[in-house]
Amino acid sequence: MQRKVHVRTTINNQAVEFLCEPRQSLLECLRDIVGLTGTKEGCNDGNCGSCTVVLDDRIVTSCLVLGVEAEGRKITTIEGIAAGNQLHRLQQAFLTNAALQCGICTPGFIVAAKALLDSEPNPDEERIRLWLAGNLCRCTGYDKIVRAVSECAREAKA
Amino acid sequence: MKWFDYAAPKTLSEALALLAAHPGARMLAGGTDLLVQMRAGRKPADLIIDIKNIAELNELRYERASGLTLGAAVACYRIYGDAAVSRAYPSLHQVASLIGGTQIQGRASIGGNLCNAAPSADSIPLLIALGATCRIAGAGGERVARVEEFCTAPGKNILAAGELLVSMHVPAPRPGSGASYLRFIPRNEMDIAVAGAGVAVELENGKFRSARIALSSVAPTPLFVREAGDWLTGKPVNGESIAGAAEIAKAAAKPITDMRGTKEYRRHLCSVLTRRALETAVRRAQEVQ
Repeated sequence: MQRKVHVRTTINNQAVEFLCEPRQSLLECLRDIVGLTGTKEGCNDGNCGSCTVVLDDRIVTSCLVLGVEAEGRKITTIEGIAAGNQLHRLQQAFLTNAALQCGICTPGFIVAAKALLDSEPNPDEERIRLWLAGNLCRCTGYDKIVRAVSECAREAKA
Repeated sequence: MKWFDYAAPKTLSEALALLAAHPGARMLAGGTDLLVQMRAGRKPADLIIDIKNIAELNELRYERASGLTLGAAVACYRIYGDAAVSRAYPSLHQVASLIGGTQIQGRASIGGNLCNAAPSADSIPLLIALGATCRIAGAGGERVARVEEFCTAPGKNILAAGELLVSMHVPAPRPGSGASYLRFIPRNEMDIAVAGAGVAVELENGKFRSARIALSSVAPTPLFVREAGDWLTGKPVNGESIAGAAEIAKAAAKPITDMRGTKEYRRHLCSVLTRRALETAVRRAQEVQ
């Protein structure tokens, strides 16, 4: 029987309920139903990392999660990173280091990099590059992104 | 994606009942293969059964005497995040860390890698080398199969209609044993193996007591090269023995030429990767002796 499913979840520390079809990805649900369009669709098959969100403390590509799987879980999207108008220091570091050009990959990179710094405050460059291997950027050549994340890692160390 | 229904049973018997009533259902663990295939219109299903809420499929338990029980839905990050498992099986830690990127490892399971039965699956040669077995459940009861029997063709496995993979069991590492998996990809991360070699050895008094070698991406299924490991048995642990086994592995490979590499290149890789994986496995075995 083709029926929509009622999903109760927590997004960016707020209780959220939505109706979705079982075949809709979490990415579609976030963007098209909940209206959180900060999370971007790139490849839609798990290769590019643009749609990265945090699902119960692990980063995942939301194009490869079903919306119905969000039931009872905790999700953090790019909209949950800044504190009101106060940018997170990673967001600020991306600006200062010019770590973005077209910007499509940026929300995914910020969400993924923040998850790294939350669990490991002082990663070295190799660790940062390995952690971010699932995020693709076609503009920057990665160096500026890695520099921005490294800067935050150094700040944490200081 | 075409319409499908979704169920998230909490027990194995509930899942098996659903599966019996919907022979076209497919299992969802991490979804990193399944959802890509469904979106592409390959292997459609009218029901997706999310198996992540079932205790047996989520079990990750290592005991020194009995070995490792690895539930079919356990995500890669749980394996490399578990200190006891990583210490007992450094090769499994290694494989769980090289499948996909961080996001994929947060979802993808070794059980899913096995059921997806890709010739290039990174975890399967290692599971074969480690002598792992599969616990399979169906309406008629349970059975056990060896991992080397599990894949039957690209994307096909021995699960009959109504059956599902519950868990894998990896024997406890014996004293003087070591294992490794090595693959070749042109990038550093996030790629599909051009070829790969999974090996496990057991050493005793400077000789190979036993060895098991399996290859990825060089046959329609992950390839167990029993004769290469058997040949090593009783041989002294040195470069000559290792090179000999690597040549047997190379001769057993049946690769094709495709965009990732030619068959000649893949055969060459089998010899190099088997040799290097054996060297690492031997070093690990000597460290724990």
